Amino acid sequence: MKSKILKILIYLSAVITLLILFFLIAYILIKGVPNLKPDLFARHYTSDNVSLMPAFINTLIMVGLSLLIAVPVGIFSAIYMVEYAKGGNRFVSIIKLATETLTGIPSIIYGLFGMLFFVTTCGFGFSIRAGVATLSIMILPLIMKTTEEALKAVSDTYREGSFGLGAGKLRTVFRIVLPSAIPGILAGVILAIGRIVGESAALIYTAGTVAQVPKRLTDSGRTLAVHMYTLASEGLHMEEAYATAVILIVFVLGINTLSSFIVKKLINVDGKARLQ
Amino acid sequence: MERSNRLVKASQLKERLMQAVFFLSACISIAAVGIICFFIFANGLPAIKKIGILQFLTGTLWRPGNDIYGILPMIVGSLYVTVGALLFGVPIGLLTAVFMAMYCPKSIYRPLKSAVELLAGIPSVVYGFFGLVVLVPLVRNIGRSLGFGGNGSSILTASLLLGIMILPTIIGVSESALRAVPSHYFEGAQALGATKESAIFSVLIPAAKSGIVTSVVLGIGRAIGETMAVIMVVGNQARLTGNIFKGVRTLTANIVLEMGYATDLHREALIGTGVVLFVFILIINICVSLLKKGEHR
Amino acid sequence: MIENPIITIKDLDLYYNDFKALKNINLDIAKNKITAFIGPSGCGKSTLLKSINRMNDLVDGCKIEGEIALENENIFGKMDVNILRKRVGMVFQKANPFPMSIYDNIAYGPRTHGIKKKAALDEIVEDCLRRAALWEDSKDRLKRSALGLSGGQQQRLCIARALATKPEVLLMDEPTSALDPISTGRIEELVRELKKDYTIIIVTHNMQQAVRISDNTAFFLLGEVVEYNDTQKIFSIPADKRTEDYITGRFG
Repeated sequence: MKSKILKILIYLSAVITLLILFFLIAYILIKGVPNLKPDLFARHYTSDNVSLMPAFINTLIMVGLSLLIAVPVGIFSAIYMVEYAKGGNRFVSIIKLATETLTGIPSIIYGLFGMLFFVTTCGFGFSIRAGVATLSIMILPLIMKTTEEALKAVSDTYREGSFGLGAGKLRTVFRIVLPSAIPGILAGVILAIGRIVGESAALIYTAGTVAQVPKRLTDSGRTLAVHMYTLASEGLHMEEAYATAVILIVFVLGINTLSSFIVKKLINVDGKARLQ
Repeated sequence: MERSNRLVKASQLKERLMQAVFFLSACISIAAVGIICFFIFANGLPAIKKIGILQFLTGTLWRPGNDIYGILPMIVGSLYVTVGALLFGVPIGLLTAVFMAMYCPKSIYRPLKSAVELLAGIPSVVYGFFGLVVLVPLVRNIGRSLGFGGNGSSILTASLLLGIMILPTIIGVSESALRAVPSHYFEGAQALGATKESAIFSVLIPAAKSGIVTSVVLGIGRAIGETMAVIMVVGNQARLTGNIFKGVRTLTANIVLEMGYATDLHREALIGTGVVLFVFILIINICVSLLKKGEHR
Repeated sequence: MIENPIITIKDLDLYYNDFKALKNINLDIAKNKITAFIGPSGCGKSTLLKSINRMNDLVDGCKIEGEIALENENIFGKMDVNILRKRVGMVFQKANPFPMSIYDNIAYGPRTHGIKKKAALDEIVEDCLRRAALWEDSKDRLKRSALGLSGGQQQRLCIARALATKPEVLLMDEPTSALDPISTGRIEELVRELKKDYTIIIVTHNMQQAVRISDNTAFFLLGEVVEYNDTQKIFSIPADKRTEDYITGRFG
């Protein structure tokens, strides 16, 4: 009897989890899709058309620039950790602690820090560059972690083979190890894109909330998520907020599909999963 | 020979140079943690000192207009919604993890896993918006019909929403903890005649305890640090209340709501709020790494 | 005993942390001959092999004392390790072609050492594949992934890849232990063929293999060279009781 109740509860929980997701997505889509009007995609934002296009473009700019900074730094750090640092090195455990700490810091603290450091101390003002700098630090641990995993998954026999032919460490890393690790790194980059697209708390007081595409990186500009927060909290443009939610959800769906596609591809190539 | 010597020298130099670049890149994350801590504390602590630590942490009034800054309501508010989120999120999350590890037919495992990943990928603002348009009216009606009042933006609403938001964390970490338990534990219990369910609850879950606790602590971190979703559904009144149908304000909300126009001591008090939140987060981080260390042993 | 040795090993000790894996090794390797290292697992024969092109440098906690000279030049001295590995190539126990095309696998070594011209690379690729008896099987699919080859072909590709840097010495670490008898036979035939141009040192578990292909044989036990002699002599009239026990199969 008791077992039966427990079993029912277990099944029920799984059903609830699924239902919540389906309900959330269906609700947003049903309410939002009819509100996707051409006006929303106007080149410029006015209080009449409430266009999300500038925010959309800003989001892309933010993603591009943040990746430009965080991906090389993240990959280089991971290369140091996996290929250069000897195991049990004290420095390595400090870096691990640092990245774990960065992973655990919530967006609002990043936002606060970005405001104090980049906006005020560095004199960036509310600007795209302050937002990009903040986001780059935020996604750095994610890129590092996934790249580390991907590098570790590359078989040592490849490294041996390359060294045995007289190739230096650098050539071995860039020609042999990194190319084999690309799918794993890519999956990390895609996760990072998802994080940037969904971010709002870290951006309000760094990139600011201006609803236009900035002319320079020193100007303020809001991303889609910030745009959506502004609309919803003002309460004046709920229909447009629904529509923006649709765009964000579609973004996330696309990103998730892409990353699981890459993971699947990885499994096919190697006959085993490198990423879980 | 001359030439090849030069080539060797050049390539050795390049190796050294790039090793330095890799090393410096790795240092960036340490530097980042350093300056984040420095800037948050250096900007927040003076205000806390000026206001008085005790006054700041235990003061029940937040009246920036009169220069009265007590954040006890916000601390309590954050605790309320975090505990509430755990009450909803942990049982459902843990049982879903049990389902995924022990009951799930292979054919629906992949879709279910994708669904959980999708749940983790949905932006906070979208959750907040969903809470605003669906949960707030729902809670308002329940509250009114039960006679508790409230306008729907409340502790209960925020708890429900955060409970949903921490699900993926709880499910993901607990599931891998359950899967890491050696199968003979479970088989042993079943061989002694225990039903599958009682074997799960009396053997499997206790064996996976530290992983499950880690998932809960990570969930606490996510809930206490969540900002945008909470702001949209929690009411944001800086007050102490015992009524879960009434609104409160969290630490995170306090920062975002007033930072836009705050100046002088008010602004510093908001950064001080950030300091308190940051300390909570650091404590949670330490707990997580201690738990992980325990697991490896 | 050996005139004009290409490699001389003098008073070599090797430690993995506190464990002494090689004890006072003194060995000369004859030029353009095949030298076999035999002995039970863990006796240090692979460790010594990997010291000759300093692959042990990659192992944490490995410390070497003593000297190995290649053409009278100490390899632990001023010699650049990458140049050493170009001159002393290596074939591993398990075939490890890179996940790239057959052509790029062979061209990897020459490219590493500064050969960029396509015509020169084409020539090297064809020459090495021919030497490794793989040209006929692969000339129509040079641009396809090397991972599509069979196990034996992959190992021959690895031999071709090692030849592409124009080494003087070729180290082979149980190159046939993962292969079937037919592939093994072809590799052995190939090794005998390569003797004309290269000095070969081969580690093997298989005593028949040592007898079939090698000129000289060194028998290792617990990190020491027990006996080193002409292969025919070692297998017909071993001087040491322990060698005799091993080759007659009393242990190992």
